[in-house]
Amino acid sequence: MNSIFSGTRLRDMIRSIRACKTAAEERGVVRKECADIRASINENDPHDRHRNLAKLMFIHMLGYPTHFGQMECLKLIASPGFPEKRIGYLGLMLLLDERQEVLMLVTNSLKQDLNHTNQYVVGLALCALGNICSAEMARDLAPEVERLIQFRDPNIRKKAALCSTRIVRKVPDLAENFINAASSLLKEKHHGVLITGVQLCYELCTINDEALEYFRKKCTEGLIKTLRDITNSAYQPEYDVAGITDPFLHIRLLKLLRVLGHGDADASDLMTDILAQVATKTESNKNAGNAVLYECVETIMAIEDTSSLRVLAINILGRFLSNRDNNIRYVALNMLMKAIAFDDQAVQRHRVTILECVKDPDASIRKRALELVSLLVNENNVKQLTKELIDYLEISDEDFKEDLSAKICSIVEKFSPEKIWYIDQMLKVLSEAGKFVKDDVWHALIVVISNASELHGYTVRALYKAVLTYSEQETLVRVAIWCIGEYGDLLVNNVGMLGIEDPITVTESDAVDVVEDAITRHNSDMTTKAMALVALLKLSSRFPSISERIKDIIVKQKGSLLLEMQQRAIEFNSIVDRHKNIRPSLVERMPVLDEATFNVRRAGSLPASVSTMAKPSVSIPNGVAAAPLVDLLDLGSDDIMAAPSSSGADFLQDLLGVDLGSSSAQSGATPGPKAGADLLMDILSIGTPSPAQNNTSSVDLLSTPGINKNPSNALDTLSSPALPHIATTASAGGMFDLLDGLTPSPSKEATNGPAYPPIVAYESSTLKIEFTFSKSSGNPQETNVQATFINLSPNTFTDFIFQAAVPKFLQLHLDPASSNTLPASGNITQNLRVTNSQHGKKSLVMRMRIGYKVNGKDVLEEGQINNFPRGL
Amino acid sequence: MYVYSRRRRRKIERSERGRKMGIRFILMVNKQGQTRLAQYYEWLTLEERRALEGEIVRKCLARNDQQCSFVEHRNYKIVYRRYASLFFMVGVDDDENELAILEFIHLLVETMDKHFGNVCELDIMFHLEKAHFMLEEMVMNGCIVETSKANILSPIQLMDKAH
Repeated sequence: MNSIFSGTRLRDMIRSIRACKTAAEERGVVRKECADIRASINENDPHDRHRNLAKLMFIHMLGYPTHFGQMECLKLIASPGFPEKRIGYLGLMLLLDERQEVLMLVTNSLKQDLNHTNQYVVGLALCALGNICSAEMARDLAPEVERLIQFRDPNIRKKAALCSTRIVRKVPDLAENFINAASSLLKEKHHGVLITGVQLCYELCTINDEALEYFRKKCTEGLIKTLRDITNSAYQPEYDVAGITDPFLHIRLLKLLRVLGHGDADASDLMTDILAQVATKTESNKNAGNAVLYECVETIMAIEDTSSLRVLAINILGRFLSNRDNNIRYVALNMLMKAIAFDDQAVQRHRVTILECVKDPDASIRKRALELVSLLVNENNVKQLTKELIDYLEISDEDFKEDLSAKICSIVEKFSPEKIWYIDQMLKVLSEAGKFVKDDVWHALIVVISNASELHGYTVRALYKAVLTYSEQETLVRVAIWCIGEYGDLLVNNVGMLGIEDPITVTESDAVDVVEDAITRHNSDMTTKAMALVALLKLSSRFPSISERIKDIIVKQKGSLLLEMQQRAIEFNSIVDRHKNIRPSLVERMPVLDEATFNVRRAGSLPASVSTMAKPSVSIPNGVAAAPLVDLLDLGSDDIMAAPSSSGADFLQDLLGVDLGSSSAQSGATPGPKAGADLLMDILSIGTPSPAQNNTSSVDLLSTPGINKNPSNALDTLSSPALPHIATTASAGGMFDLLDGLTPSPSKEATNGPAYPPIVAYESSTLKIEFTFSKSSGNPQETNVQATFINLSPNTFTDFIFQAAVPKFLQLHLDPASSNTLPASGNITQNLRVTNSQHGKKSLVMRMRIGYKVNGKDVLEEGQINNFPRGL
Repeated sequence: MYVYSRRRRRKIERSERGRKMGIRFILMVNKQGQTRLAQYYEWLTLEERRALEGEIVRKCLARNDQQCSFVEHRNYKIVYRRYASLFFMVGVDDDENELAILEFIHLLVETMDKHFGNVCELDIMFHLEKAHFMLEEMVMNGCIVETSKANILSPIQLMDKAH
């Protein structure tokens, strides 16, 4: 094909691209052009190259791939003519990058051009090298560049200087070679050479300490003189910007002085005068002057302490802050953040102005101001600042609320002087911006509420009032229904009224209305609905008079499309319906959530483990009740973590403390029509005369190691401490009712060591195991445990065998038992020795299995012991 | 071999990400948000560039005249200035002097004005090479090379004459 017809001119291509109405049209044009260019490249006509590359650059700018033109760049660079070389180098810089292998091919051409007789060709090569050279090329071509720094023409010197900054950045080892050349550039008069020389020195100082020392010693005075000359220089039309001679050079010099003065009192001393001069004499009515002032302030703040200068700097920033120009205010806010480090008081004086900036219509200024305010907060001003911010939260833009509320929350959490204030502020934030609040924030709030027992009534009433007004704020609703579920009785009876409160009248059914509203609203998410369902179950016990209505609401959820909700609704319904006697104890108030554990977990530094369950301060009178119950109630979170399940499900499980995650597994393993209710029956059938049967269904689950390796769900923190509690109440209340009034008998007779009280490790209808502890002297990791097995049944146990298993961080040694026959109401003892390799970090935990024969029939009992005293 | 060199490249990339380098890119965009000139001083893939340009343009064009000329985006600070229908946007590092960059944009526009005589979008579109040559004389590797308009333009005029 003849090259004249093989494509359009560059202008025509640009026109046709401009004429495109849609992106698809543009793509079409570009595709066609690219095809033409490829064809033209294949023809290899040198006359087309220039035009092809110009087109490719345009196409590249539009964001289309142009890799096929890379070789053309190299060909153009290798050609002898200047115009070809020029476009070739431009293409090289735009279309290629240092990552491409093709680039290596250009090294030789570059070397030739750096030694070219035409200085403009040398300039092109330097420019290309300075923009895209790789480490390898930098090494190869550094000698040429070094030589060119001393070239006669200043235009080459300045390019060589900047090319060197790239080289030393790529290969820091080469820095030493450039130190002398760079310092000679600082004596130049040509502004271009001077500014590039200063930048080279700056680069060298940041990568090489020797260079820094060298320039500090040899060049500081020279630089100060240069800066003084420029500042005082007569009008130079070529470099004058609004009355300032070359502000760019000013700024570069100040930047270099900053590096030299930082950490060196002598150098800082030398530059005090000139900095004071720049700070006072520079005109501040134009942008150029302000740019210089701004740089000067930054330098003053970075160099060693010269307090009079700093006063000057802070004053300049104060002036900036009250400037009407938004750009100036922005940089003032930016710089005040740095100033806070050395003069908090001075910045505090501008607090009112800064707070005004938080309310600025300009998002950039708001963001800076908010950052600054959060640095300004301290114990003394937290109340006032928070009030201002929360007031503004009410009227701020929707898209700013997320940032703002996050900042308020972190301020409130960090500096809160008292709990009631914290709760009040958080309620305000949740009311205004509950949609934007992150999970960990409201989790933390629940933990705090739970810990503030004297404020339970106040909080639940405040939440009730808030949720009536702001029912669309999801997280507010969640916290509210959690509190209503827990403290509903306090809400209705106005318990614990504080002096500041107005009494309100809330009937039981009003409270239920709120929860019902949350569960029925179509835009509530799964978590909220699940929490509402749990709250309903709890209220059914708190408000017996309207438990029928609550039951109806729960029953409606049987038809939920969400499997979790459906299943839970069925289970809860059966609790409400059929198990009134154990219900109060089953849904007792959550124990106080452990704040410390939560905070540590939130920080993510604590490896979640079984120990956290055994750790909390909740007293556990009788620990493990019976094997299946242990499995169901205790290992819950482990299984949840192991098997991925929806967050809502976790919630429900965690909040109620019932292991629903394994329930589905278990109900799957136990064939039966009433899969969901089956679990419940398991819970409730504990202590019926056939424990062995129950055991068999859960043996598999027991064999999984019970270590929770995944702390990802922050909320499980909320629940973990609750698990033993539920176990306790369930066994202490409901279960023993079922067991014909058999009450737990706390071990009074146990001989106790001074440090560690004995525990009841296990108790079933037939067997009780007590542990007493003693530490072996010398090794804190080692604990001696004496186990006492007590037969509670009227029958003699024969072939009695006790087996125990521990996680990997423990070592267990079992001594033989005193006997293998356990007479009725008699006991036998056995010694265990446990070595805890994680002593001080993790508590003991143990699984056990007891086998024996009663009247010739095999009986197997299993359990997990989590209630070891801490610190063993 | 290939894998090795790729890994090494990534290492280079990582070591340089943390390094401050002044100007990271210069964009000229029209009122409709179409890029008219793009010069990057750090390497981004084509997809990254397109995404970045799209996001920045959307952010900057949505702002009004009263608002300040600085927008924070990802780890860049965008300093922009509008001249008639053309937006000049410069992406810089966090610790760069924003006011100075604003002044630099003005210098760039004045220089182009001096050459083209009241520069407009079409001048840049149809003389993309020349616009780049000018930029080359002003900025190299993210640093300012020359601040005198005469010095910036003299090689370009010289070459035009030679042509």
